Amino acid sequence: MSVGIVGYGSYIPRRRIKLEEIAKVWGADAPSFKRGLQLHEKSVPGKDEDTITMAVEAGRRALIRSGGIDPATIGAMYIGSESHPYAVKPSGTVVAEALGITPQAHVGDLEFACKAGTESMYLAHSLVKAGEVRYAFGIGADTSQGAPGNALEYSTAAGAAAFIFGSDPERMLAEVVETYSWTTDTPDFWRRSYMHYPRHGSRYTGEPAYFRHVMNSAKGILEKAGLKPEDLAFAVFHQPNGKFPLRVGKRLGFTMEQMEPGWLSPWLGNTYSGASPIGTTAVFDVARPGDLVLLTSFGSGAGSDSFIFRMTDRITEVQNLAPLTRMQLDNNKIYIDYGTYAKLRGKIRMGE
Amino acid sequence: MESPARSWREYPQRYRLEAAKCTKCGKVLYPPRVVCPACHGREFETVTLPRDGHVVAPTVVRVPPTGFEEETPLPIAVVELSNGVRLMVQVADMADPMELKIGDPVHLEFRKIQQDGEAGLLFYGHKAVRD
Amino acid sequence: MREVAIIGVGMIDWGELWEKSLRQMWAEAALAALDDAGIDKVDLITVGCMSPGLFIGQEHIASLLADELGMAGVGATRTESACASGSLAFRAGFAEVASGLSDIVLVTGVEKMTDVDGGDATYTLGTAADREYEAFHGITFPGLYAMMAQVHMAHYGTTSRQLAAVSVKNHANGLLNPHAQYHLKITIDDVLNSTMVADPLHLFDCSPITDGAAAVVLAPLDKAKDLAGNRPVVKVTGSGLATDTIALANRKDLAKLHAVELAAERAYAMAGRTPQDIHVAEVHDCFTISEVMVTEALGFFEPGQGGPAAERGLTALNGKIPVNPSGGLKSKGHPVGATGVAQIAEITTQLRGEAGQRQVNGARIGLTQNMGGSGGSSTVHILEVV
Repeated sequence: MSVGIVGYGSYIPRRRIKLEEIAKVWGADAPSFKRGLQLHEKSVPGKDEDTITMAVEAGRRALIRSGGIDPATIGAMYIGSESHPYAVKPSGTVVAEALGITPQAHVGDLEFACKAGTESMYLAHSLVKAGEVRYAFGIGADTSQGAPGNALEYSTAAGAAAFIFGSDPERMLAEVVETYSWTTDTPDFWRRSYMHYPRHGSRYTGEPAYFRHVMNSAKGILEKAGLKPEDLAFAVFHQPNGKFPLRVGKRLGFTMEQMEPGWLSPWLGNTYSGASPIGTTAVFDVARPGDLVLLTSFGSGAGSDSFIFRMTDRITEVQNLAPLTRMQLDNNKIYIDYGTYAKLRGKIRMGE
Repeated sequence: MESPARSWREYPQRYRLEAAKCTKCGKVLYPPRVVCPACHGREFETVTLPRDGHVVAPTVVRVPPTGFEEETPLPIAVVELSNGVRLMVQVADMADPMELKIGDPVHLEFRKIQQDGEAGLLFYGHKAVRD
Repeated sequence: MREVAIIGVGMIDWGELWEKSLRQMWAEAALAALDDAGIDKVDLITVGCMSPGLFIGQEHIASLLADELGMAGVGATRTESACASGSLAFRAGFAEVASGLSDIVLVTGVEKMTDVDGGDATYTLGTAADREYEAFHGITFPGLYAMMAQVHMAHYGTTSRQLAAVSVKNHANGLLNPHAQYHLKITIDDVLNSTMVADPLHLFDCSPITDGAAAVVLAPLDKAKDLAGNRPVVKVTGSGLATDTIALANRKDLAKLHAVELAAERAYAMAGRTPQDIHVAEVHDCFTISEVMVTEALGFFEPGQGGPAAERGLTALNGKIPVNPSGGLKSKGHPVGATGVAQIAEITTQLRGEAGQRQVNGARIGLTQNMGGSGGSSTVHILEVV
C-alpha cells in the first residue's frame, strides 16, 4: 500500500515588516544583515492571527485540494508549533473542531522547536501506513517571537502549512517514497517555561546544530532511498534565514534551480514549525507529475526529519484550487512600521 | 464577559458556521433557533454557511468597548453571504479601514475575536477579509 | 379603560453628577414630581432603569427606591427595555391607572452612568445589542447607528451636513433648557470637525454619557381635573409599543426603524390622530441619524426627507414640526433609563404652556418616541391638552 499526501494548503499572514525598519530601531547595520542572513522582510501575524487560526485556514485549503474528503473520516490530527496559544489546552482541539474532524479522532499538539511541523507529518504518515486511520492531518504553524533587538527579531515570522495523509490512489498527490530522522541532544536554542522569548547559543546554532543534523538527515534519506541529489526535482530545507538552506543544499550537491521554489525565507522569514512545510507547499504548487521532492526540516535541541515525495498525475489538477503559497507571499502585503509591529506582537506593556 | 460554557455552546456556529435550514420554508437561520421567524416551522436541518459574500453596512469603530483597544480602529460590517444570510463581523487585514465600502466583496476567515485578559480563555470565530 | 392624565412632572439638572448617587438623584426627581402634583401619597411606583447591575452593581432598585422615598410598603416595579426603559415605566403606569389597578402612580426613570469608566460604559450600553452575535465582535452603539447611517446615506443621499444640522438644532434648544447637561452653541463645522467615533458619526453626532433622573405622576382624568387648579390638564391619548430584531443583520431594511413605525401606527390609531396633527415632539436622538430616521418613521417626513428637513429648519422650535425642544438626548443628556420619562415631562410642560423660552407656541397635541438599543424596541406616546 502506498501512502502519501492527498491534500495540502498553506497560510501566510498579509502583514510584513522590512528588515530595515527593525534595524533602524536598534541601530543595526541593515545592509550587512541583508547580505549576511539574506533576509529582506518577514511576515507578521495580526492581533487576531495565531497558530490556531492559521492552522484552520491552511487545513481548510488542504481539504479543498483533497477533492472532497469528508472531514469526519479523518482519524488523526497533529499540530506542531512552538507558539501554541495556550500553555495547557490543546491547539489541536480548536482546529479539529473548526475543520469538522471531531469527535472520533486522535488529536495532539507537538513541540520540537522548528521541526514540530514535520514531526506532525511524520506521525500522520505513520498512522496511515500502519492502517490505524484512513486519513491523518499533519500541520506545522507558528507565530514565532524573537526578543526585541536580538538577531532573531529579524527572522521570526508567522505562517502555517497543512497536509492530509492518506492511501487512496485516486486522491494521491504525492507518494511518500521514504522517511528518515536524525536526532541528538544538542542545546543550541531553548525557551524555559513562563519565558516570553527564547535564548540561543549564537554561532553554536550553526555547525554543530543546523548543519550537522540537516546534512546527516538528508544524506541518510538519500542513501536509504538509493537516490542522488540530481535525481530530485526539488529540495526544501529548514530555513531559519536566507543563507543556511542554500549553504547546506550546496554542500549536499543541490543546485539553485532545485532549491529556489521552496526557498521562501528571504521574504517570509523563519516561520519555525511552518518553515520547511510551507516551502514544501510552494514546491507542490509548481511540481509536475513524477517529480521527486526532498524535504528536510531542522528543530533545535536538535533533530532533523526528512521525506522524499514522488508527485502523481493528480498534482496539477489541484494546484490552483486554493491560494498558491508564492501568491500569498508576493501579493496583498500590508507593510507595517516597528511601532505597529511592537503593538501586534505584544511588546508594549499595556495599562491594567 | 464570555465564560467557558457560554462560548463553548456557540462553537458549531462560531467555528464551523453551522446554521439551521427550516425544512418547511427553506429559510436559513444563523444562529439557529427553535422556531422559524418566517413560517413558524419547528424542524430544521443543519447546513454550513458559504464563506463568500459582500458588505451591506460598514463602519469603523474608533472608540472601542473594553477588550478591543488594541484592534482600534476597528472596521466592522453587516455582511451578506452568497446564500443571502447576513451576519455581523469584523473586517480584518485592512491597511486603510476607511476604504471599506458597501458592496465590497469579502470572504470569511477563521480568526481570534476576543481574549479574556492575559490568563483567560481565547475566543475564536470568523472575520471578513476583502477579496 | 379609564382616561389617564399627568398631574405632575419632576426633573433635576442632568450632567456628570459626581456628588450624587442613583438613589439621591432619583429621590430629588420623584419629590419634584410629587410636589408639582401637590400630593404625597401614591399607590404604585414604576422605575425605568436599564442596567443598575452593570453601572453601579445594584439590582432590586424598585424596592430600594421606594424605601428611599420613605414609601416602603408601596408597590414598586422596575421596567427594562434598554434605552426605552423609561417610557416602558410610563406605559406600565398608564396601564395601571387605565385599568383601575392603581389610582395614583409615580412613574420614574433613572440612570447613574459615570461611576464606571468610558470603556465599561460603552460595554454596558453594548449589552443592549445581541451579545453573542453582535457585541461579541466588538460593535458599539455608535457603530450600529453608524451602519444605519451608511445605508441611509447610500440609499437616500443623506449627508453629514444634514446630520450635523440635527445636532446644531438640538444644542440650540438645549441652551434654553436649564436642566440640560450641555449649554453650548455649536455650528455645523463644529460637528463635522469633531472626533470621529464610528464613521460617519462624529462625537457631536452622539448623545453623551449622563447621570440623571426624571419623574411624572399619573392619575385618573377626573381626579386630575380636581387637582389641576388653573393649569391645563394633559391626558394620555395614545400609547404604542413595538419590537424589531435586535440584530441588525436580521433586518430587511437598515435605512428604516420598523419598531418606531409600528409603535407610531398603534399610538396614532389609539389617539385617532395622524402625524399632521402633532404640534411638538420629543424623539430619541441618541445619534443624529436616529432623529432623522425617527422623524421619517413617525410620518413627519417621507422616507429620505428627514435629513433635508432638519437642514431646512423644519424641526426647529419655530419650524413646521418642532422636534426635541428640550435639547433632546444630544444636549439635555441621555441617562438611558431616565430619558423616556423626561420626554413625557417635557411634552407635558410644553402642553401646559410652561416651557419658558423654549415654549412651542400653541402646542396642544404632543408626541414622545423612545427607543431601545438600535431600534429593537420603541414606544410612542401621544399627549393632549384636555
